[in-house]
Amino acid sequence: MALTTLILGLVLGGTYALLALGLTLQYGIARIMNLAYGEFTLVAAFCLVALFQGAGIPPLWAMIAVAPAGYAVGWALYAVMMRPLVTRAGNSGRLEVDSILATFGLLFLIQGVLLVVFGANFTSISYLDQGVRVLGVSVAANKLIAFGICAVVGGGLVLALHFTRWGLTLRAVAQTPGSAPLVGIDVNRMARQGFALGTALAAVGGASVAMHQTFSATGGVVFTMKALVIVIMGGVGNIGGALVAGLALGLVETFVATAIDPGLTLAATFAIFLGVLLWRPQGLFGRG
Amino acid sequence: MLKVVPFLALIALIVLAAVPFAVSDYGLGLLIGAVTYVTLASAWALFSGHTRYISLATVAFYGTGAYTVAVLNEVLPYWAVLAVAALIGGAMALVVGLATLRLAGVYFVIFTFGLAELVRQLITWYEVNVTGTLGRYIFLDITARGIYWQMLGLAAVTIALTAYIQRSRLGLALKVIGDDEVVAAHSGIHLARTKLVAFAASAVILTLAGAIASPRWVYVEPAIVFNPTVSFLTVIMALLGGANRLWGPALGAVPLFLIFEFLSAHFPDTYSIFLGLLFIGVVFALPDGVLAGLDKLKAKRTQPKERTA
Amino acid sequence: MSFLVVDNAVKTFGGLRAVDGVSFALQQGEIVGLLGPNGAGKTTLINLISGALPATEGQISLDGVRLTGLRPDRIARAGVARTFQLVRVLPSLTLTENVMIPAVFGAKSHWGPEARAVAMGALDRVGLAGRHDATAGALTYIDQKRLELARALAAEPSLLLLDEWLAGLNPSELLEGIALIRELAQSGVTILMVEHIMEAVRALCPRALVMNSGRLIADEATGAALADPHVIAAYLGEGADA
Repeated sequence: MALTTLILGLVLGGTYALLALGLTLQYGIARIMNLAYGEFTLVAAFCLVALFQGAGIPPLWAMIAVAPAGYAVGWALYAVMMRPLVTRAGNSGRLEVDSILATFGLLFLIQGVLLVVFGANFTSISYLDQGVRVLGVSVAANKLIAFGICAVVGGGLVLALHFTRWGLTLRAVAQTPGSAPLVGIDVNRMARQGFALGTALAAVGGASVAMHQTFSATGGVVFTMKALVIVIMGGVGNIGGALVAGLALGLVETFVATAIDPGLTLAATFAIFLGVLLWRPQGLFGRG
Repeated sequence: MLKVVPFLALIALIVLAAVPFAVSDYGLGLLIGAVTYVTLASAWALFSGHTRYISLATVAFYGTGAYTVAVLNEVLPYWAVLAVAALIGGAMALVVGLATLRLAGVYFVIFTFGLAELVRQLITWYEVNVTGTLGRYIFLDITARGIYWQMLGLAAVTIALTAYIQRSRLGLALKVIGDDEVVAAHSGIHLARTKLVAFAASAVILTLAGAIASPRWVYVEPAIVFNPTVSFLTVIMALLGGANRLWGPALGAVPLFLIFEFLSAHFPDTYSIFLGLLFIGVVFALPDGVLAGLDKLKAKRTQPKERTA
Repeated sequence: MSFLVVDNAVKTFGGLRAVDGVSFALQQGEIVGLLGPNGAGKTTLINLISGALPATEGQISLDGVRLTGLRPDRIARAGVARTFQLVRVLPSLTLTENVMIPAVFGAKSHWGPEARAVAMGALDRVGLAGRHDATAGALTYIDQKRLELARALAAEPSLLLLDEWLAGLNPSELLEGIALIRELAQSGVTILMVEHIMEAVRALCPRALVMNSGRLIADEATGAALADPHVIAAYLGEGADA
């Protein structure tokens, strides 16, 4: 029982960690607080389902297309919608409010499109759902695959951020956007990349959600909320913190769902959020 | 000029109070909706307009007000139900405010972003697991006209309160906080208390609005009263008119409410797409609202040569 | 008795000791320069006194009242006013409103015509008379600096902290600025001023504190301090741009 909770919690936490990683890239590097983040996750999830049910394309194949598609969408969105806001804000600190408002509008726009195209019902697919024994516990294969995808993508990105020149540049922008241009970094380009990369992660996270969870067109807010809380728990812009906090939230949520009530998982998220705000608002792994 | 406005507002209020005698039931329904959104948008702007702390939790308070009436309408007299609703709304605002308003604005936004969903899930869980009844009826002996007059009164109080606050120390403090919190603190302004007072006042009004509007529903359940579209509309209305102006939110609320009614009647499936586009359009084209846009235009016309001065 | 007492103030950021055990005292009505190369910890010290940052260790008190641990608004109401190294005006407010704020929320809690009168007086004093209803966002740099000083004055402070207030002024503005500060000092306000312009420090401050790498390396008469080999070494060591 406890072991089941632990394994399922880690599987869920893997998805959350990946989602939080994308959000922290968008907020940390591009300085865009993206309230429509969960909607991007859902778009990818619905696309995966549509490709599977409509065209018979297996989710694992679709997954390969989802990440670059997410990157392209994020890139275009930054260029068309976010960049003008960045330019308008200048150094006035107005970008935060503007990006919150603009993405709040975007949230309803995407949600509206999803409702029209896919309807309001809960959706799920049955794909590779036979049990696999892990440490004596039976876990659906699709959950393990989803976790594997998150681990590979998330882990790969963390390594890239820490050990490549490109990753160093991104982290430099995240830490001191003001002085990055002084050492010849094109902040605008990095912001666009950060935003696009974040969208790609949202898409991959959404695709992995679609493989093993039930979801609906109006559930984006909950994904965004959880990702935001994880980002704050881990410390804004802190990659490692987001991963650890994501796994932790997955564990807590699975524990609450099995031991108390599945209807209280968002309450558990908020309880953690409240605790972090009162105790360590700079994040569990933040400095200071 | 300044003396004329309150006088005109009073006449308008009297006229508006008499309108129900001259319109159909459908017309009265529209009036109630419009006045409700005038109240919501003005109350939202009372806190968020000057401070630029964007609250996305309007419906968390509004829905709580409605649900309070649904739970208590057969237990307590009506005025006591309203008082309890106001207290609950104020208490919720204090919890949210104490947790987030000491910190940077983004924490507040995030907390309010998920708040309506949290309250909805908690009430659903409580009703299913503890009381065993999801969905309640409101049987109150209040006519549509009665609701209209109450809501009109609340709207008038909200705008009057906003006008009063704008002339008070609190209003000046909120303005300073919206411009620069560091300067505010070093000038002697108690940041957390100032924000908390304004946010609580705004929340109490939002909760009361939900309580007053609730008899219109008759049947109430969490999924109905915690409709996120309410939060969304409130923000866009206040922004469109100008969130830091006294009459801005009201000015934005009336046309947008009518558009919303039209869209939801004729395009029930796609109206949220239209609204999303409209919202993004407002953020891009009129970031400070119509009134500020008009002022700018006027300033350009009247003194085109003073640029160099 | 000393007026402002800073006793072993320490501020650390992670492993960096930005202010490292600084102690000194100012007498009431004194005007003292706070010097040192860039990164010496001067602004951090100003932030500790004004409460913008909490001190890691040590005690700061004003006229016997302990300031350490108080919020910045409490410290402001205790009579401490400051300007900022990078000018901070409130762009959407008028000049009068900008300046009225500390008069309204500060120690004296003026309101209405009284607050307005204090604000007007402060604006007149810094040479911004007659422009009361302009919007602060539209001012030139020097006028924004004036406005910031007027705002500090409207607090009617007993201790004024100036963080490079004279920086960026042209020679004639500099003379005006120096005259303005001298006039303030003569009215009895205690002033601690961070300044890189030695001409101004010599003209205004009989006494100077010098910081380097978070430590206080000199506290003596200005002339002696500027001739002190330690001080010269500190400046030269940092690239001698002063």
